[in-house]
Amino acid sequence: MNLFFWVILPYITVTILVLGLLVRYNFDQLGWSARSTEIFEKRQLKWGSLLFHWGILAAFVGHVVGILIPIAVYHGLGISNEMYHRGAILLGGMAGLAALIGLVILTVRRLTHPRLRRHTSFADWLTTVVLLVVIGLGDWITLGHNLYATPFEYRTTVGPWFRGLFVFSPHAYLMTGIPLVFKIHIVASYVFWMIFPFTRLVHIISVPFAYLRRAPILYRSRLRYRPQS
Amino acid sequence: MKIKAQVCMVMHLDKCIGCHTCSVTCKNTWTNRPGTEYIWFNNVETRPGVGYPQEWENQQRYRGGWTLRNGKLTLRAGGPATKLANIFYNPDLPALDDFYEPWSYDYDALINSPQQKIQPVARPFSSITGEWMDTPKWGPNWDDDLAGGPEIAARDPNLKHLQEHVAMEFESAFMMYLPRICEHCLNPSCVASCPSGAIYKREEDGIVLVDQDACRGWRFCISGCPYKKVYFNWNTHKAEKCNFCYPRIEAGLPTVCSETCVGRIRYIGVILYDADRVREAAQVQNEKDLYPAQLSVFLDPFDPTVIEEARRAGISDAWIDSAQRSPVYLLALKWRVALPLHPEYRTLPMVWYVPPLSPMLTVMPNSERVGPMDIFPTIDQMRIPVEYLASLLSAGDTQVIRTVLGKLWAMRVHMRHHKTGEEVPNQLYHDIGMPAEELERMARLLAVAKYQERYVIPTAERGADPDLVYVQGACSLESIAPVEGFIPSVSVNKPQ
Ligand code: HEM
Ligand code: SF4
Ligand code: SF4
Repeated sequence: MNLFFWVILPYITVTILVLGLLVRYNFDQLGWSARSTEIFEKRQLKWGSLLFHWGILAAFVGHVVGILIPIAVYHGLGISNEMYHRGAILLGGMAGLAALIGLVILTVRRLTHPRLRRHTSFADWLTTVVLLVVIGLGDWITLGHNLYATPFEYRTTVGPWFRGLFVFSPHAYLMTGIPLVFKIHIVASYVFWMIFPFTRLVHIISVPFAYLRRAPILYRSRLRYRPQS
Repeated sequence: MKIKAQVCMVMHLDKCIGCHTCSVTCKNTWTNRPGTEYIWFNNVETRPGVGYPQEWENQQRYRGGWTLRNGKLTLRAGGPATKLANIFYNPDLPALDDFYEPWSYDYDALINSPQQKIQPVARPFSSITGEWMDTPKWGPNWDDDLAGGPEIAARDPNLKHLQEHVAMEFESAFMMYLPRICEHCLNPSCVASCPSGAIYKREEDGIVLVDQDACRGWRFCISGCPYKKVYFNWNTHKAEKCNFCYPRIEAGLPTVCSETCVGRIRYIGVILYDADRVREAAQVQNEKDLYPAQLSVFLDPFDPTVIEEARRAGISDAWIDSAQRSPVYLLALKWRVALPLHPEYRTLPMVWYVPPLSPMLTVMPNSERVGPMDIFPTIDQMRIPVEYLASLLSAGDTQVIRTVLGKLWAMRVHMRHHKTGEEVPNQLYHDIGMPAEELERMARLLAVAKYQERYVIPTAERGADPDLVYVQGACSLESIAPVEGFIPSVSVNKPQ
């Protein structure tokens, strides 16, 4: 069972993610977009989208800090465990709450606005529900579990396991003793990555950073075959 | 010098009868799909009026186009970094209600109605939600022919510039039509606003297109265009815009809106310009200098050095020949009677307008009739205020409008003398700077020119197509059109 959840399933997830993205990218450029609904409704989108996106991006940075950077680095920098967790709960909690509040606003918006309700696809609902579950559990971990129970040291368990996945030597035993909410949060996030290629979530990998460096006016030649000099 | 060719349009507003045929034929061709119900690549506005979308000229609100910041040309809504910071919510984006909520009618009720005493009615229902919509609040051309009354017409942003007419009293009310399509600008702010680089200007003919594969729906082009001529398709979640009917242009045919124009107000032709000078022209300090600056980027297609340079740039002789016979060259550059719409947006728009003449508000004192030399003093008496036209077509420079209207009137005086034998003093030709022969040529082009003279469009280069036999007779859309049914389209049914 441990082997399945912490070794097999992660790799299945990655396989679906990569293959799905390749297929979608090659066959559905026309469907690849952020699927904005701003034209239908602006007022609630403003609060919902801004809180959600800035929150989720900060939470992403938080995951890098907490999971990817080994605990030894913090100790080397002289950051005590207590200091770390106080910071993580405060900043991570703020980010997580912003994302959750934003997502709730977006969900209510989708449910109540007739134009949006009419034009929300199955994939849109699925994305919303999966994100609600993942972010809800994430907030429960940070603000519920870690604040009211003792902070759980994921930097010695989840972190090393996760990094192990990348070098193809994941240790399932690291995950046996972790609290149940952590387990559900992680498994729910597998679902997030599995649906990723088939929903609007693909917009995340199209963030147009190249825009910062390109010429303002673009020309293209009609004669596609003519070599560009 | 970097020579490029641009296919442009001139619209002669004196001849527009406001029939909306152009809008309807364009819609039937390009925007008759789910997601585009509210989209009119071509629309005809009654002016004064709010336009489509409402108050699109109010750049304090939509922040489209370019502006100068510390003397440097920048997008009014901010550059790339600002755009990325606003990507989750675009504060400047017009919403559906700024256009209108599109609807259809329950025609089945008419077709399936049993015989009855009272006429059955087709109830309207929203094309977006499918719900009954018995009292639409706003629609396409809601304020057509000033039907919105003084309250709506007074919201025209151009009226801010003319204090004395704000009252819109019945005696001084005026009206004109303004047909609008994408301007296919030389300095397009939609292109510069697109984070994905999906919008581009075609090198060969200057047509501005949205690459539907590359568009990711970040929606900044829509707010970035000061003319609000890029639209959001809610079904594909991507941007769409007027494409100057490029498959027709490539075949040497006029656009659908031009072809079907009842008043024959439209002219299409090629202009040669220097792409290296565009930015400089868009950056001049004083807004009133933008119109002359825009003219200065164009090149004389008869100048031997220009011809030689154009050939070197790969422009074929057929295109150079078209540029020499171009009606746009004559109207916009040679005679200078066609003006750009809102040059102050600094996009260097490429659809030009010949301003309309209008009747005089008050008769000149001490005169039975207006003589040939009364032109300039009476222009300010015309029903459509010169200030209003200047706000639309010359960044507020009324002198530009007076000059153009003077030429148009002189043309009429000159043509009238053929019939009446009335003497036209030489001073008149001198004052407007056009000899009699030119006025006659202009009268011909503006009044009686046939298809071949109104539309001088060279066919597109096909030489680079690898298999000309295979593509002959094919439309340029064929290789890029999505497989039928690839995007599942949403169709909205009426309520049960
Ligand atoms: C920097 C990266 C990102 C960019 C530029 C971005 C951009 C956008 C844009 C433009 C929209 C459309 C908003 C509208 O309706 O007008 C959107 C919606 C959405 N994004 Fe993102 N996004 C990013 C990251 C993310 C991430 C990390 C997630 C989730 C993990 C996410 C999930 C969503 C969802 C669920 C919606 C739909 C919201 C709704 O209408 O209910 N995005 N995003
Ligand atoms: S008028 Fe056309 S080319 Fe100009 S900015 Fe708008 S969409 Fe772009
Ligand atoms: S040029 Fe073609 S696409 Fe553009 S407004 Fe006219 S008919 Fe429509």
